[in-house]
Amino acid sequence: MDFINHQLFIKDINVHIDPILPKKTAIITHGHADHARFGHDHVIATRQTIDIMKIRYGDKCAKKFTPLRYGQKYSIKNYDFTLYPAGHILGSAQVLIEKNNHRLVITGDYKVGKDETCKNFKLVKCDTLITEATFGLPIFQHPDPKDEIQKLIRSVKINNNNCHIVGAYALGKAQRVMNLLRQQKYNETIYIHGSLEKLCQYYSKEKINIGKFEKVSSKDKSFYEGKIIIAPPSALKDRWSRRFPNPIICMASGWMTVKQRAKQQGIELPLVISDHSDWNELLDTIKKSKAKNILITHGQEDALVYFCKKQNLVSKPLSIQGRSDEEIE
Amino acid sequence: MKKFSSLLHNLILTPSRNTKIKLLQDYFKILDINRSYALAILSDQLSFQFIKASKLRELVYKQVDQHLFDYSYDYVGDLAETISLIWPTKKEGKSQNLYTLIENIKKIKKSEINTEFSKILSEISNNERWTLIKICTGGLRIGVSERLVKTALADQYNKSVNEIEEIWHGLEFPYENLFKWLKNETSKPKIDFKKLFHPMMLANPIDEEKDFKRLNANEFQAEYKWDGIRVQLMVSSKSVSLYSRTGDNISSAFPEIIENTKGDAVIDGELLVGENFKPFGFNDLQQRLNRKKTSKDLQKKYPVFIRAYDILFYKGKDLRKLYLFERRKYLEKFQKENKTNQIDLSSIINFSTWKELTKYKNNLNDDLNEGVMIKLKKSEYLPGRKRGNWYKWKKNPKLVDAILMYAQRGHGKRSSYYSDFTFGVWKENELVPIGKAYSGYTDKELLVLDKFIRNNTINKFGPVREVKKEIILEVAFDDVFPSTRHKSGVAMRFPRIYRIRWDKPTNEVLSIEEFKKEFKIG
Repeated sequence: MDFINHQLFIKDINVHIDPILPKKTAIITHGHADHARFGHDHVIATRQTIDIMKIRYGDKCAKKFTPLRYGQKYSIKNYDFTLYPAGHILGSAQVLIEKNNHRLVITGDYKVGKDETCKNFKLVKCDTLITEATFGLPIFQHPDPKDEIQKLIRSVKINNNNCHIVGAYALGKAQRVMNLLRQQKYNETIYIHGSLEKLCQYYSKEKINIGKFEKVSSKDKSFYEGKIIIAPPSALKDRWSRRFPNPIICMASGWMTVKQRAKQQGIELPLVISDHSDWNELLDTIKKSKAKNILITHGQEDALVYFCKKQNLVSKPLSIQGRSDEEIE
Repeated sequence: MKKFSSLLHNLILTPSRNTKIKLLQDYFKILDINRSYALAILSDQLSFQFIKASKLRELVYKQVDQHLFDYSYDYVGDLAETISLIWPTKKEGKSQNLYTLIENIKKIKKSEINTEFSKILSEISNNERWTLIKICTGGLRIGVSERLVKTALADQYNKSVNEIEEIWHGLEFPYENLFKWLKNETSKPKIDFKKLFHPMMLANPIDEEKDFKRLNANEFQAEYKWDGIRVQLMVSSKSVSLYSRTGDNISSAFPEIIENTKGDAVIDGELLVGENFKPFGFNDLQQRLNRKKTSKDLQKKYPVFIRAYDILFYKGKDLRKLYLFERRKYLEKFQKENKTNQIDLSSIINFSTWKELTKYKNNLNDDLNEGVMIKLKKSEYLPGRKRGNWYKWKKNPKLVDAILMYAQRGHGKRSSYYSDFTFGVWKENELVPIGKAYSGYTDKELLVLDKFIRNNTINKFGPVREVKKEIILEVAFDDVFPSTRHKSGVAMRFPRIYRIRWDKPTNEVLSIEEFKKEFKIG
């Protein structure tokens, strides 16, 4: 662990991983805005992540793109880079960096559980593991997403005079919720906030089953009774949501585990659907990776660091600039 | 239990009052004994003797690593929720209804509580665990007041909520007579009013700008707002009892009152510590509070008396429908007939304009009252906080500028935000904390402070963050006392954040010596 610093920067070859500011060479783990930014010279990522970046920031958001397949090796001097599926969202990847027989894995954001909207997580053995810790507390034990989505379907049935607005991040979570609804045989058209349209179209094009969807338009209020609408969380409190009949505000997020959080945000129907690993999955990944050196970033580091130390693993938190603890997609 | 816990889950997440009422009514449609348990829980009348917060912590520490629990509790900010989430889920046992579960818990012997109660927690769902722990620790804090529950019931059965309110304290679990009357199967439950705590009449804070323009000073009388605890004294030839404002019987803590009062009446007043009807102050009163028994020594050192300001019954006669000025005559009569060292009368302040009253309110030399009460002369004695009858007008608070030193995440609705602030003043070149506040700021100010704390932490001590000493808080407080327990030697009463002083540099904050001098602490 001497070739990468706390900013996920390899000085030797001037390569950054998920940098916040424009850099010469950036390896991007996935398309969420706290990882993928505009303005790098050279972006290395999966094809799907590059596509997503172009959809979000335009074709010229970087000067040069190098798409990598999962498992394909890419070398810069004596460093070898390989991307592996992270199971977080479409195109998401972990980065394996090899140098002189030392294997370091940066997980990026990842989840171990099954997900039809992306390639599922692959465990990569390594010497040093840099893991995320969004849900790095033992209170986070994600339930089966099918049960959660059933709660939504049931509520739609019971409250057919209301519309259900589901807050979900525009990239990844929204499409996952749609896919879960389809898995549970919800076959109605799903209505979406305008900001989701291009990404949903992209998911469809990539053969992800999200079913029939339509952008919300200025229809008669009563039209949306009994319907499901998906919108980014920021739109829930916006004037935008007032055009709907008796909306029941829902939110699909791992944070919904904690009732008090749901209450604070005015969420009436919390759906614990997460694209991050929960506590047990984090521990399991750490164990199975066989890494002796664990660095922890993105979230609730303290408890995980404590746990690793108890297992006699070398562990510290990485405090990466520009990332607040609780606003991660 | 599943049904009840999902009721609580829905109640806590519903912002709408009407939806809450509907949820309650849907639940109370069930006809069996479970609804009685639900009513007892929702009105905070059910608790388990052995299972308190400290016991629950002890049990959870046996299940999970203490540090991991503490990290989690700090994050969640709610004990019941943390335990319910972190408790290792075993296979769920057979679903039990509320009634069976509670009765089973009541049967657990003290010596077996650790194993038996842990077993129960392991065999129920997450949400049921949350509910059960909430029941154990009391005070559900789910945004549903006792009043709302009564309103829901009254609505459902076309009764008035005041009718329920009147008999409420005379009802007992399992409330059969209440439910029967609600359904018109029997007449209204007969309650012996003489033995019953009567819900107190409460005052609203006055809105200086609006109310004084609107209200006619001549129709009101004023009294000092005494800084003690509100009590209801029930005397008859057979017995004397004393109740707190929430209806708890606190007789045993104040034997001198019980032994020395005579007559036949129900009196409303303020309990104070003092001698010859001269109050000592709240700090002294605190020595007498929250005790089940009181030693002779304590009685001598901190003698108590009641400053009476209203009378509800006189010799069996219900006076509550009379006007305040009429009730006052009965009160004076009662006091004259039953002179003791334990009861005097709250005197009435004469004033003809609101401006004139201001002088009395701001009587800063007299620390023994908190301001004035303004009461409509023609007010009936009505339970609750009915608008337009009684107002309280508090003195302007004391203010001091202090420097933000430490912060901690809040609990309940402020959980996740750094909302508990410790602040201090200078002692030579260092800061010494003088108090801690977790209210008073606006939502916007809270966000600013929360952000500042996250970005300016210089040290972490478990859940406590030490921050850069840059922010000055103007702190309002009711009073300050000398204290041997605190490093600064002072203890504030009810400190809250008044505003953030962006304009002031930290070197202009007082030193502890100056602070003590300004607020006359020896």
